[in-house]
Amino acid sequence: MIIDRSTGVLVMGITGKQGTFWAEKMRDYGTQIVGGTNPKRAGERHLDLPVWASAKDATGARKIDAAVLFIPPFGVKDAVLDAIDAGIGKIVCLTEHVPVHDTMYVLAAARERGVRIVGPNTAGLVTAGQTFVGFMPAFNPRVFRPGDIGVVSRSGSLGTLVCLNLVQAGLGISSFVGIGGDPIIGTTTRDALEALDRDPNTKAVALVGEIGGTMEESAAEYAAGMTKPVAAFIAGAASPPGKKMGHAGAIVMGKKGSYAGKKAALEAAGVIVSPTPNGIPDVLKAALARQQRVGTTSAQR
Amino acid sequence: MDFEEHAAKPVLRAAGIATPDSGLATTPEAAAEIAQRIGPCVVKAQVPTGKRGKAGGIKLAANADEARAHAASILGMSIAGHVVGRVLVEAQVPIATEMYAAVLNDPVSKGPLLLFSAEGGMDIEELAATRPDALTSIPIDIRHGFKSTEVAARLPDELPCPRDQLVALLGQLYQAYAASDAELLEINPLVLTKDGRLVALDCKLTLDDSAIPRRQDLAAYGTPDKVTALEARGKELGLKFIELEGQVGVLANGAGLTMTTMDAVRHFGGAPSNFLEIGGESYTKAKPALELVLSNPEVKALLVNFCGAFARTDVMAEGVISAWSELKPDLPIFFTIHGTGEDEAIAMVRERLGIEPYDLMDDAVKAAVAAANKGSART
Repeated sequence: MIIDRSTGVLVMGITGKQGTFWAEKMRDYGTQIVGGTNPKRAGERHLDLPVWASAKDATGARKIDAAVLFIPPFGVKDAVLDAIDAGIGKIVCLTEHVPVHDTMYVLAAARERGVRIVGPNTAGLVTAGQTFVGFMPAFNPRVFRPGDIGVVSRSGSLGTLVCLNLVQAGLGISSFVGIGGDPIIGTTTRDALEALDRDPNTKAVALVGEIGGTMEESAAEYAAGMTKPVAAFIAGAASPPGKKMGHAGAIVMGKKGSYAGKKAALEAAGVIVSPTPNGIPDVLKAALARQQRVGTTSAQR
Repeated sequence: MDFEEHAAKPVLRAAGIATPDSGLATTPEAAAEIAQRIGPCVVKAQVPTGKRGKAGGIKLAANADEARAHAASILGMSIAGHVVGRVLVEAQVPIATEMYAAVLNDPVSKGPLLLFSAEGGMDIEELAATRPDALTSIPIDIRHGFKSTEVAARLPDELPCPRDQLVALLGQLYQAYAASDAELLEINPLVLTKDGRLVALDCKLTLDDSAIPRRQDLAAYGTPDKVTALEARGKELGLKFIELEGQVGVLANGAGLTMTTMDAVRHFGGAPSNFLEIGGESYTKAKPALELVLSNPEVKALLVNFCGAFARTDVMAEGVISAWSELKPDLPIFFTIHGTGEDEAIAMVRERLGIEPYDLMDDAVKAAVAAANKGSART
């Protein structure tokens, strides 16, 4: 799910208010926007880009690597199925409040075709200095100065804060992977962690989790075997149990999905869990410095 | 959205699953009348929570007089914070054996998961923890739906009833789950009667909140969230607002950031007075959001944490500043603003309120907590 400046992007729902605003922002940043879709305005140009009726029509005309959806909740199922059918390999679904039965349907279809779905309810993907897909402030150099820290986050706003804190501390961002706040999503924390582990531009990872579900526990199993340092923050330590805190996925039922459980699992895997996001940069700086020292010593031997 | 038993069971009946003859009563007299009609019965408290039996909310009645007496004791009782306003009076069923069946949205397999156990009646989490072997879970491909032959092959070898009969019921359960956009549809216990019928004695339904707009007819029977007056006002405004006990009012955008701001308030020795996020599509509603937070008299300091990705911090800051200037509350306010629109937003706060926003969230939180603690000591 790591994108770069060569990734050709189709903006589904490009003519809407948000689609228009963010398509322009993405293009200005350097994202290869190929065009967009709106069944009612096929054949027109919008932002001086071609508009097709469907993803299928778009891929008939151009090479498209990824689709990003600015589509209302009840239109998401058809739009994603259209993009899968069109042979698009990566689909970023920003929409919040997609019925979960629809999400499960498109994830099953995507799995069969080997398609990567990010979201629903994600803020998108950023590869700093190159490209972004979604609605992250990639163009803000205080938040996304290029560097070598990978960030995975369920939340866009909190992910933004963590990137900003890293940059304030003198570090920089390689890639940001927003996975989304819904209870069932195409790309999990662990999937993102694996991708950042494989990414040659990433030296360390900031893992931003939330109470609810078991994704952080599963990511911890993978983190245990990583050599790249990982620091984490888990939101929701002060949230009352049984209440849905904004994100549909963020709810603690009994012991399952609790802050304590996630913290323990990550710590057992050697991940340092910071009590506030502001603490992440120091943890990563120390870990990277330690690695460098060890690296130098072993090279000297 | 959760459903009480009496509101959930029609979903099963619509799919052809049998439930006992029953009636709903709000008075002991009405309960007695229903018992008169159906004979020996069970009087069951209607609240959207489990463990009603342990709380004394489910009682057997041999006749109308007993039903009246049980209804009198159960009505008005409080179970897990829910006051019982209605009882379901349901005919007793001659039970041969109790089983468990459910379909739920499973985040791990990312699809519907059918659960079955030949041992029903007990709490399913307890069963999963203590007797995992007794629980069969079968992932269903939502695109193809329920396949009888596959399910039949994966059920345990030993079953208390004919395999075909059980598979047919599970198929009906799956239909009901699919047709109602359920997050969870559970029958516990599912009983085999002494005369060989399968009957759903209890039913739990949770409707996916995101699907409510297309399931309005069903949602009309759901249990509305228990909310305070202020929370109800927040809901009307389209804001996710939860009242808490603390003194630091929190206003942030995005669920993750709002939770984090609350966590930081706790971490630095304070207590948040609310959860209020104005992210997503609601980010332009900063003004009504602020009014909500300030209408709680316990609030001693206000902490504004905006981190703009999709949401524009200048739009949100404009809303907060206008409301602040209009309401003129006698409270200290602390800002930390980053992301989309931050330059304009920070300039506005400086110029119109004469306040310097904090560069680090932690510093803003510490200042707000200190001010709130001082404010509380003063009053």
